[in-house]
Amino acid sequence: MPERPAIEVHDLVKVFARGRVRALDGLSFEAGTGTILGVLGPNGAGKTTAVRILSTVIRPDSGRAAILGIDVGGDPAAVRRIIGLAGQNAAVDENLSGRQNLQMIGRLSHMGRGPARRRADELLEQFELTHAATRPLKTYSGGMRRRLDLAAALVAQPPVLFFDEPTTGLDPHTRQDMWTWTERLARAGTTVLLTTQYLEEADRLADRVIVVDHGRVIAEGTPAALKAELGATVLLVTLEDHERARDAAALLETVGSRPPTVEDHVVELNVDNGPRAGSEAMRALDAAGIAVLGLELRQPSLDDVFLRLTGRKAEAEPGARPLAAAPAAT
Amino acid sequence: MTSATAPSDLAAALGPTPRLERLRWLADDTLTIAWRFLASMVRMPESIVFSAIQPMLLVLLFRYVFGGAIAGVHGSYVDFLMPGIFVQTVSFGAMVSAIGMAEDLQKGVIERFRALPMARSAVVTGRTVSDLTRNVFSVALMTALGFAVGFRVQTSALGFLAGFGLLLLFSWALSWGFALVGLLVRNPETAQLATIPILLPFTFASSAFVPVGSMPGWLQAFAKNQPVSAVVDACRALMDGGPTETHVLVALAWSFGLVAVLAPLAVRRYTRIA
Repeated sequence: MPERPAIEVHDLVKVFARGRVRALDGLSFEAGTGTILGVLGPNGAGKTTAVRILSTVIRPDSGRAAILGIDVGGDPAAVRRIIGLAGQNAAVDENLSGRQNLQMIGRLSHMGRGPARRRADELLEQFELTHAATRPLKTYSGGMRRRLDLAAALVAQPPVLFFDEPTTGLDPHTRQDMWTWTERLARAGTTVLLTTQYLEEADRLADRVIVVDHGRVIAEGTPAALKAELGATVLLVTLEDHERARDAAALLETVGSRPPTVEDHVVELNVDNGPRAGSEAMRALDAAGIAVLGLELRQPSLDDVFLRLTGRKAEAEPGARPLAAAPAAT
Repeated sequence: MTSATAPSDLAAALGPTPRLERLRWLADDTLTIAWRFLASMVRMPESIVFSAIQPMLLVLLFRYVFGGAIAGVHGSYVDFLMPGIFVQTVSFGAMVSAIGMAEDLQKGVIERFRALPMARSAVVTGRTVSDLTRNVFSVALMTALGFAVGFRVQTSALGFLAGFGLLLLFSWALSWGFALVGLLVRNPETAQLATIPILLPFTFASSAFVPVGSMPGWLQAFAKNQPVSAVVDACRALMDGGPTETHVLVALAWSFGLVAVLAPLAVRRYTRIA
């Protein structure tokens, strides 16, 4: 029997605010067992809504989803025994200590008192929180909070994990740590669905990436394939005279992997080899007598992906909302 | 850490949970959630102190400010007053259920609970059980203070304990109602405000502080036939003396009736949220 994907999502639809916000609009994708799937999209694309449906927090209006072959709507109780959830909306109790929070989750996962306590201490050790084990959570720093949040998702050692924007707002050091832990989990056979706004994060961690916009998948593939489509690097040429921008773009057509875009003084190109493209661009513009103020090379961002895929900038829209009326400020 | 299990094995291993097992989980999870609130209360001693101050102030204020002016009560006013203060305290205490429930929703704690394999209704039942525990302490505290300012049980220790039990039952009924309010408004500040228009008329337009006979006729009709008065009258009969049977039966009917209506509504609201 061929193995089914660990996560199967078929045509999910979810509408909020009495039909005014269509958070999911026919979302479909799959994630193989033991792989990391990156779900990339701007705020309001429907990423969080999808995670909340897959983790049985809310029900979809229509469509189907299954985790390890178990239907999310049909047997949510069984699904809850095989998943772990960490991320922007799933909080822990501020007044309890780190150890108390983990023990509580262990006991609510029906591990029994002793095993729950042992597992809590094991996780505190693993995430370097032993020194703060008895302190109330409200005294934790942002990075410590996020580590505890991740630990909370791992208490029952679930084979499928959902990480909803696990590194948003984190300092670079903690972000690196989160990446290392996520990779370690996947290597041990855990399936991870990770939502992110950072192309860099998806690139670093994910085996496959889906790009979500307005509640549906608009592109998918390996991070390498997505980047190849884009060109590995973005070259920005700033001109002295914006009236020459059109001429410059025409000249640079052959330098980039796609037609250049023009915004005021700046011509933007996707290129494979940054430095070489830069000097080629300089020579061509020099020969045509177009004065250049600056050259800049940078990694493509989610904005670039969006601009390519949709022709517009990635913008936040009122889509996903937590259970309560006002969003948590964590 | 985690080994990958083939989906087909997993579905088989996770067959339906037997009914008895589910009931045991509901009990376990309820206790765990109740423990959560009590543990976080212990970590905030200042909140215990402040929540104890209000009922203590009420006892002292009513005893000494109104005590002299309110006449027409047979026996001592402090004996008449204390059962009323008890009921008022557990009623206002139930406000915590509304605020706490809304806060959990807002902060995302509920989001986490909903993704755990716990019994769903335990989130609400655990809340009400922890409120019950808290009320045992607050009524005990007020009884002690009441004794210090002259309150004496005129009946018997058994009568007092029966009244104490009735108070707890009524407070439990209110916890369900206010948890429901918190789930409906979803915002802690709004939840607090929403409880006031319920609490003020029911506690003040009642027999808690003054004999209902002193109110205008139209208000008497309400004051005589509402749950707070029923419980106050029953507690007063049990602790202070007088015919008990009818009062206690009416109070029990109100309390059980409220639980029977409010508990399913609160649990249903919780499971259907979002």
